Amino acid sequence: MNLTPVWISLQLASVTVVVLLVLGTPLAWWLAVGRSRWRVPVDALVALPLVLPPTVLGFYMLILLGPQGPIGGPWLAVTGDTLTFSFTGLVITSVLYSLPFVVQPLRDAFRGVGAGPLEAAAMLGARPLDAFFSVACPLAGRGFLTAAVLGFAHTLGEFGAILMVGGSIPGETRVVAIAIYEHVETLDYASAHTLSAGLLVFSFLVLLAIYTLNRRGRSGGMV
Amino acid sequence: MTRWIIGWMLVLAVTPAIAEPVRVAVASNFLAPLERIADAYAAQGGPALRISAGATGQHYAQIVNGAPYDVFLAADQARPERLVAEGYARPESRFSYAVGRLVLWAGAKASLPDNGLAGLAGHPLRRLAIANPELAPYGQAARQALDATGQWSALSDDIIQGQNVGQAFQYLATGNVSHALVAASYTRLDNAPDGDWVAVDARLHDPVRQDAIILEQAPNPEGARRFVEFLQGPVAGEILTRFGYQTAVPRS
Repeated sequence: MNLTPVWISLQLASVTVVVLLVLGTPLAWWLAVGRSRWRVPVDALVALPLVLPPTVLGFYMLILLGPQGPIGGPWLAVTGDTLTFSFTGLVITSVLYSLPFVVQPLRDAFRGVGAGPLEAAAMLGARPLDAFFSVACPLAGRGFLTAAVLGFAHTLGEFGAILMVGGSIPGETRVVAIAIYEHVETLDYASAHTLSAGLLVFSFLVLLAIYTLNRRGRSGGMV
Repeated sequence: MTRWIIGWMLVLAVTPAIAEPVRVAVASNFLAPLERIADAYAAQGGPALRISAGATGQHYAQIVNGAPYDVFLAADQARPERLVAEGYARPESRFSYAVGRLVLWAGAKASLPDNGLAGLAGHPLRRLAIANPELAPYGQAARQALDATGQWSALSDDIIQGQNVGQAFQYLATGNVSHALVAASYTRLDNAPDGDWVAVDARLHDPVRQDAIILEQAPNPEGARRFVEFLQGPVAGEILTRFGYQTAVPRS
C-alpha cells in the first residue's frame, strides 16, 4: 500500500500548525486582553469554521484561490503558479479550517494568565513585548500544547474542503482522508481499513495525551 | 370509533402501495437528465422518484451495507456486475441505460485547438481537468483518448483529476482549469459555463456504458420495475439523446 498520502497529511498538519501558532498567538492575545469593540465580532469570525460545513470553505476557496480569484489571480501573476491544486493552497485552506482549534485554546490560556503577572512584570521594568514572551507565554504553556496538538489532529482529519480545492494529485495534494475515500470508491477495502484504523488509533492517542496532560496539570495545582 | 380506526388503518395500508416513491441512486453525471425523466414520469402519472446522486463506488458501498434504494443507475458496468455477483441485485434487470460521449471543453478565456483533441498538447493550455481514470469511467475514457492521440505523457503534468466527471467539470466552470474532458451531457445544461466544446471521436475510447439494475433489497420492487420500463421507453430515450447520450443498447 502507498503511504505517501500519510506523509503528505503529516507535512500539511505540521506546516499548518506552525503558521497558525505564528499568526494565532497575537490574535489570541488580542482576543484575550484587547478592549476593542471589534473583539466580539472577531471572536465569532474565528469560531466560524467550527459550525460551517467544510464544503462552504471549499467552495469559497475554489473561487478565491482560482486563477481568476482575488487571491489566486495576483498569486498567479507573481509566482506563475495557481493556488488551487497545490500544497500551498491546501495550507491556506487548512489554516482557516483549523483556526479555532488553535486560537481558542490560546485565547483561554491567555485569559487564565490574567493581567496580574504582566502588571507585575511591568512594575519590574519589563517592556510589554518582553513581558509577553518571558511571562505570559510560559504561563500559557499548556494552552500552546493543546492548541498545537488539536490543530495538528484536526488538520489530519480534514476532508471536504481539500476534496474541493486539492485535485487529489499524488505526492502533492492527495492527503490521507482523500486516499481513504478513493480506496472505498475503488472497492479496495483492505487499504481503506489500514489507513482508517491507523487514523483512528492515532487520533485517540492524541486526545488521550491531551486529556492526561490537562488532568495532571490540574491535580498538580499548576496555573 | 373502532370502525373509524379500522378505516384509517386501511387508508394508511393502501396509500403507500399507490404512491410509494421509487428510490433511485444515480451517478452524478446522469443527475440532470434523470430529473427531466422524473418530471416526464410524473406527468404520465408515475410515482415520484427519490433521487440520491453521488459517486458510483460510494453508492456500491452503501448498497452492500443495506441502503434502501430500489434502482441503481451506475456510472459504469463494473459495479452493477459486482452487485449481481454478490447477490445484492437482480441479474435479469441489468441493462445499459445510456452510453456516454466525451467532449473537449475550452473555458471562457481559452480556445480549442484547430484539429480538436489531437492538437491539445501543442495548444496554449493552463491545466486540463479529467475525471480520475482509476475511479471514474469518463476518466478512463479521457485517458484512453489521450493515449490514442499520443498525448498522455506530454500532458501528464498539466492534468488535474477530479473525483468524478462532475468535479472535473466544476474545475472548468470555476475557471480553475482552462480545458476539460467531460461528459457530453454537460453541454446541455441550462447553466453551462461560457466556452467552446468539441466532441471527441468516439473511436478514441471505449464506449462509456452506464448500467442500471434493480436491487435485491428494493423496498418497492414493483415501482422499480415500472420505472425501469419507462427508462427504456421512447420518452426517456428522447431526453437521453437531448443530453448527448446514446440510448440503451443491447446488453454487452
